[in-house]
Amino acid sequence: MAKLPRVEDPNFLVGFDHADDAAVYQLTDDLAIVQTLDFFPPMVDDPYIFGQIAAANALSDVYAMGAVPKTALNIVCFPEKMDIDILDRVLQGGSEKVMEAGAVLAGGHSIDDVDVKYGLSVTGIVDPKRIYTNVGCRPGDVLILTKPLGVGIVCSADRVGEASASAMEAAIRSMTTLNKYAAEVVRRFPVHACTDVTGFGFLGHLHEMLGSGTTAVIYSDQIPHIPEALHYAEEFLITGAAQRNRNFLENSVEIEPQVPFGIEEVLFDPQTSGGLLVSLPREAGEQVLAELEKLGLPCGIVGEVADRGGKEIIVR
Amino acid sequence: MKRTVDATGLACPLPVVETKKALREMSGGELEVIVDNIVSLQNLEKMAKQMGLAYRLETVSDAKHIIHITADESSGEAETSRKQADARRSGDAVVVLSSDRMGRGDEELGRVLMKSFVYALTEMDPLPAKVLLYNAGVKLSIKGSDTLPDLQKLEAQGVEILNCGTCLDFFQLTSELGVGSVTNMYEIVQSQMDAGVIIKP
Repeated sequence: MAKLPRVEDPNFLVGFDHADDAAVYQLTDDLAIVQTLDFFPPMVDDPYIFGQIAAANALSDVYAMGAVPKTALNIVCFPEKMDIDILDRVLQGGSEKVMEAGAVLAGGHSIDDVDVKYGLSVTGIVDPKRIYTNVGCRPGDVLILTKPLGVGIVCSADRVGEASASAMEAAIRSMTTLNKYAAEVVRRFPVHACTDVTGFGFLGHLHEMLGSGTTAVIYSDQIPHIPEALHYAEEFLITGAAQRNRNFLENSVEIEPQVPFGIEEVLFDPQTSGGLLVSLPREAGEQVLAELEKLGLPCGIVGEVADRGGKEIIVR
Repeated sequence: MKRTVDATGLACPLPVVETKKALREMSGGELEVIVDNIVSLQNLEKMAKQMGLAYRLETVSDAKHIIHITADESSGEAETSRKQADARRSGDAVVVLSSDRMGRGDEELGRVLMKSFVYALTEMDPLPAKVLLYNAGVKLSIKGSDTLPDLQKLEAQGVEILNCGTCLDFFQLTSELGVGSVTNMYEIVQSQMDAGVIIKP
């Protein structure tokens, strides 16, 4: 993206500048549209579940901006020779999640390809004064994560036949859960910054949220995660993407020596359809967490934001 | 003893999986693992470091990196006794292959699936006790079949491969048999009666 020319338009509110999740375009004083797109190859065997995950993931970007999804379009790559019933199941899963989100699936586009890929382009609406951006953590904030980490590691272990049924179940439950419900909770509080945790992993997305004047301190013993992920990480069932995240963040993150290797890997682990990472004032923290816990997924206050001291992120 | 794992073209976590497997089978000596990208190398380095094994990194070119790991003497032995324990309790799973394809639907897809099913079998821990092949399933055992190497690998690891004699005759493939022994209906039934679990793809 950095190589493309930039177009200036005063109504174009969010996009190019901050590696943000979506584009936001202001239409009137109190209405803006949010536009996103995401698609990928399957990470689970069941086509119906894959469809659900891909849709939950694509919708997530809209929720991360504080917006409400309204329309969605399918993006499909599918081999002509493959059983068309499989595609039907993928689309069914996707459609159900769009419906659950309260949006309209308006159609889409499919092409013949050697591998299956699926995702959606989603458009939502938001009051321009209430957009969450993924920068703006302030000293005194706490950081809240609304889903467990480790789904990348668990799927990676599953690919080589090492994941337990219960670990996969936990990962699928997390990946198919819409961020809608968590977004509805945090919307009632003064959010300073918000993003969804996906390919760059928890620490990668946290890095984007922090400005130059702040340091985040992460509590390694408070990270919601799929329990088996720690074990699989210790068996090195880890991805190349996690290592790329680690390389990218080398100079930004300090991990204190007592932090276990497994949790370290979980913090770098790329997530599919991960949770929201929210920065908000400490006073609101406990109340938000109590509300989020009612939604039934592992979540937690995972750290705090302070004035810059030392590295940008310190894991202790 | 020196061993080499060529993990070129394998995506993470497979290079690590293959390396761990090789280390399990070694008691001492050097293991050399070849990968085609720096990230895989870094993941292997992380593994060696965490396992407390001595290692050395070598970059031959952009697309060829090697990690030389000194295998631990004790870990191999501990792993051997664990393997033996596993072998003792592996005696109950019987795999029944009654077709050269897996599932119904597209024929070509069915063949691809069967090939990867047999490959996946070789990766199971513990391994099954027996693989029974009958009807078109015997075509998986004949010379030139793309599942033959994996079935041979299973046999080499102590899995009994039993082919239905009547079926081989019917397809006129008896002389083409590439792995396992020829069996009869009595043994096919008895094996399934004695099985703790029957796996039929």
